[in-house]
Amino acid sequence: MDGKKDVLILAIESSCDETAAAVVRNGREVLSNIISSQIALHTLYGGVVPEIASRKHIEKINQVIEAALSEAGVALEDIDAVGVTYGPGLVGALLVGVAEAKAIAYAAKKPLIGVHHIEGHIAANYIEHKELEPPFLCLVVSGGHTHLVQVEDYGSFTIIGRTRDDAAGEAFDKVARAVGLGYPGGPKIDKAAREGNAEAIMFPRARVGDSLYDFSFSGVKSAVLNYINGCQMKGVNWNQADVAASFQKAVTDVLVENAMRAIREYMAEKFAIAGGVAANSALRSAMTEACEERNVRFYYPSPVYCTDNAAMIGAAAYYEYLNGTRHGWDLNAVPNLKLGER
Amino acid sequence: MRILALDSSGLVASVAVVEQKGKEAVTVAEYTVNYKKTHSQTLLPMLDEIVKMTELDLNDIDGIAVAAGPGSFTGLRIGSATAKGLGLALEKPLIHVPTLEGLAYNLWGTRRIVCPILDARRGQVYTGIYEFDGDVLRILEDQMAVSIEELGEKLKSRLRPVVFLGDGVPVYRDVLSEQIMAGCDIAFAPANMNRQRAASVGSLAIQYYEAGKFGTAAEHRPDYLRVSQAERERAEREEREKAQLKNSE
Repeated sequence: MDGKKDVLILAIESSCDETAAAVVRNGREVLSNIISSQIALHTLYGGVVPEIASRKHIEKINQVIEAALSEAGVALEDIDAVGVTYGPGLVGALLVGVAEAKAIAYAAKKPLIGVHHIEGHIAANYIEHKELEPPFLCLVVSGGHTHLVQVEDYGSFTIIGRTRDDAAGEAFDKVARAVGLGYPGGPKIDKAAREGNAEAIMFPRARVGDSLYDFSFSGVKSAVLNYINGCQMKGVNWNQADVAASFQKAVTDVLVENAMRAIREYMAEKFAIAGGVAANSALRSAMTEACEERNVRFYYPSPVYCTDNAAMIGAAAYYEYLNGTRHGWDLNAVPNLKLGER
Repeated sequence: MRILALDSSGLVASVAVVEQKGKEAVTVAEYTVNYKKTHSQTLLPMLDEIVKMTELDLNDIDGIAVAAGPGSFTGLRIGSATAKGLGLALEKPLIHVPTLEGLAYNLWGTRRIVCPILDARRGQVYTGIYEFDGDVLRILEDQMAVSIEELGEKLKSRLRPVVFLGDGVPVYRDVLSEQIMAGCDIAFAPANMNRQRAASVGSLAIQYYEAGKFGTAAEHRPDYLRVSQAERERAEREEREKAQLKNSE
């Protein structure tokens, strides 16, 4: 590294239902990535219960951090900074990671870097694509977010499109529940859809009138619910796999269409996806095809870096570290933190 | 021995360093704030002030004590996560001090029975009943979540003077003096000792530590005394369904 010293980040993520810690070298090399998932626990309730999530975080967090350090083979004193997600997310869940990270950084005399969760998702692409550098366009799609983001530079973003109602992943969860697939909806619909016909039912592709890049997914969700109700009232059988595939196609079509419109308008040469829904196989293949047609380089993370993890927070924290971002000991959790806000 | 103590279980945020040398014990520093800012913003800056003011090297402490419940769920987790993070980085043990014992210890030496009350909402208080037996805090009724009426019955059956403290007092003072405990010898602790104080948590923690009652930072978790709302409702639903099934049989 030309005599330049390596930068090691210890990263902590607890914004929703995964307790995660990682050690990342120079923003792109993951030395460890520990994730303690609570999915099984929340399945009982059909979705994430904030109080239960917060309680689990506090039970697991030290073990997860200790495992991340030991798997990376580093001691706390070797770390250059502690990065932590401080928003957006569930406030009680975020607070556990924030209080823990602050105490560790304080006691170990290391700088503290608060990281925006979405910035983390975007940075997940840096881990496996060493050549990827800003500027590029990124579609962030998860259970809580649907954002089309222009990444101008490390730590510099403009949101050009967003959902007006449900996040894409939220629509997956709700539809999965309605068709009897259960929680978590994304992977279950993805799997069921492989057996179904995506052209079987024509669900609406919502367009948001006054914006070129915004999304709306509550319409397609209602259309699925109406379709099932209609079938039941008429006493007609409906096919779970066909509904899953047709719904997935309707969502994917809109995501691809808006992304391609933005690529054209912004003359983007590089495009990336991120977030839990970026692990969806239909979305990946549709985007791959659309980007190939337009000669745009397309990037997406491995599934483990799509869903919530701390390696992506470590990647984002590294660039914030280089930018000089440092947070004080009064850092608070900000449940509705805006991207690009300090 | 030197203990760092934290209490963010209620409206008050409090940090203290308590030291014991032979028979002599002293509070080196205590910083207590009862203000609307969230504990997440206050707790660590308060510790930082103490460290600077008393030129404390955190590596020189022997353990970290935390008021570990009951209390505000979020407040407890801020205190516990802070203690766990410090414990992880400093490799120090954690001493779990039940919130109401820490609070009762504020009134060391009183001949009255001590009854701390915290407003637990849903018509209940978090409370416990304590007395001082010589130097020692004795638990007459361990901490619990009960209605104020039920607490009144427990206290009256003991036929002894009572002193109340805690942030449940402003909510229940009138109903206690005028109805539930009317005619009984009761008192309410004054401002210098009627809310959580980390120095009390730290003093008790020294006794626990000497008795071998401490654990690792990794193991520590707060004691909420209550399950989450979702778990409660799920249990109630299952209970109802069981009852319906029984009726239909």
